[in-house]
Amino acid sequence: MNKKQIFVIQLIFTLLVCSFLIIPVFLSVLAGITQNFFVGIKSGFTLRWVFEVLDLYSGTIYLSLMIAIACLIATLVIGIPAAYVLARIGGRISRFIEETIILPVAVPGLAIALALIIIYGGFRDFRSSWYFILVGHILFTLPFMVRSVLAVLSSTNFKELEEGAASLGASFWTRFFTIVLPNSKPGILAGSLMVFTLSIGEFNLTWMLHTPVTKTLPVGLADSYASMRLEVASAYTLIFFIMIIPLLLGMQILSREKN
Amino acid sequence: MKYYDYPKLFVLALPVAIFFVTFFIVPMVQLAIVGASGDSGVSSYFTIVNTPRHFESMLATLLLSIAVTFTALVISTTAGLFLVRNIFPGKEIVLSILTFPLAFPGVVIGFLIIMLAGRQGLIGLVTKALLGEKTVFAYSMLGLFFGYLYFSIPRVILTIMAAAEKLDKSLEEAAKSLGAPPFRIVIDIIIPALKPGLIASGAICFATSMGAFGTAFTLATNIDVLPMTIYTEFTLNANIAGAASLSIVLGLVTWIALFISRSLSGQTIAVSG
Repeated sequence: MNKKQIFVIQLIFTLLVCSFLIIPVFLSVLAGITQNFFVGIKSGFTLRWVFEVLDLYSGTIYLSLMIAIACLIATLVIGIPAAYVLARIGGRISRFIEETIILPVAVPGLAIALALIIIYGGFRDFRSSWYFILVGHILFTLPFMVRSVLAVLSSTNFKELEEGAASLGASFWTRFFTIVLPNSKPGILAGSLMVFTLSIGEFNLTWMLHTPVTKTLPVGLADSYASMRLEVASAYTLIFFIMIIPLLLGMQILSREKN
Repeated sequence: MKYYDYPKLFVLALPVAIFFVTFFIVPMVQLAIVGASGDSGVSSYFTIVNTPRHFESMLATLLLSIAVTFTALVISTTAGLFLVRNIFPGKEIVLSILTFPLAFPGVVIGFLIIMLAGRQGLIGLVTKALLGEKTVFAYSMLGLFFGYLYFSIPRVILTIMAAAEKLDKSLEEAAKSLGAPPFRIVIDIIIPALKPGLIASGAICFATSMGAFGTAFTLATNIDVLPMTIYTEFTLNANIAGAASLSIVLGLVTWIALFISRSLSGQTIAVSG
């Protein structure tokens, strides 16, 4: 085999992998806007299914957005200070705490959800409110915010900057708001996108934590996959893609800028 | 300045500490206690070996995860190496497609497999036209395999590409000039150089497959993979102690796998299949 042939074979292989990933997405988008998918696209295109989904499930979309925003605010408020403290103390203790904060990502959501239900399931009002889901989402997304900010802080010389500012009389809080926060901005941005995207798509925890009155988008999706016709399920998935793809694009742009 | 700051650092760390202890540490400890509260006490942690149904489910999940991990590693290494070493028109698009599904939730991936190999799926359509018989495998172990592969490939390919970029090309050239055949170059030079990346991404892939719930939930209502077994024990059989002990065992397995991965690569990737 010469070089050209090897190149072509590898290219075909890579394109096959791509088609495995992208073809089902296209099929699902197509099914969502086709009159009757069983008959095929010759039955004509329609937005009927999309409107049906908005009619049936718009509540889940709003709830997911609300939880994602709340989750983002919470991870910003508790996650950035945590990352700063970890960057400041450093060493083995910092590594150990970081390792502990990451645990909710390493343990399957099912187990965490089970644990939350066993201990807090009895508090009826809390159990049936969306705060219960929010708690799960914060646990699951917090590691991404903390690590993202921590990575940026560790790669900057914020300690020297702080020392300089301190020698000029800047207080702890002045330094935190005028040196630490601005310096960790890229990490905060990347972490925020990640947290928001993960919260919108979270299912493993949410399926166990949700109640009939607190259904999020992925819960609604699972519901429609099990009980609705293919076109409705596809239209619903299409709406999910429309919501999530700008976020994914944003993340890709950010990671490319970093490189 | 350091010593004066400690009280303030403590204040900054307090919210996260309170939240984490209240909603993670305490519940998980309670889960471990409940896991040992069944009829058989602490030994219920061995239910995974004693109860045939649990053992089979564990075995099936292990085998499936190992198969997915190896396949994903082979596919992603081949494609990843190719992408790092060649420039061609449309490469950016290919890269985007390969990494996009990273944040798709497991349920959606399950549905995508249904679109591909379900009752109204593309593969069924093609096989019906060609062979006259509809091939449907979305709802079987094979469907799960492809679902898990779907979310594994993007995770693995990113790590492999990062590692492949650091490969020392001069080693390969030296081997080539000494007359080594291509497969020897792959076995003796490329794979050893990629090894940390392969182990790290393989461990992520394994852990994700072990804990994947969403995909299994959409596809495999009657296949016993461990997360589905836990779910059924909890919801249908109300065997809370059993579900708890199985969760703890599963959590330990995925945590160890991810710990290995992180110590090799320093990455955090979500387990959200």
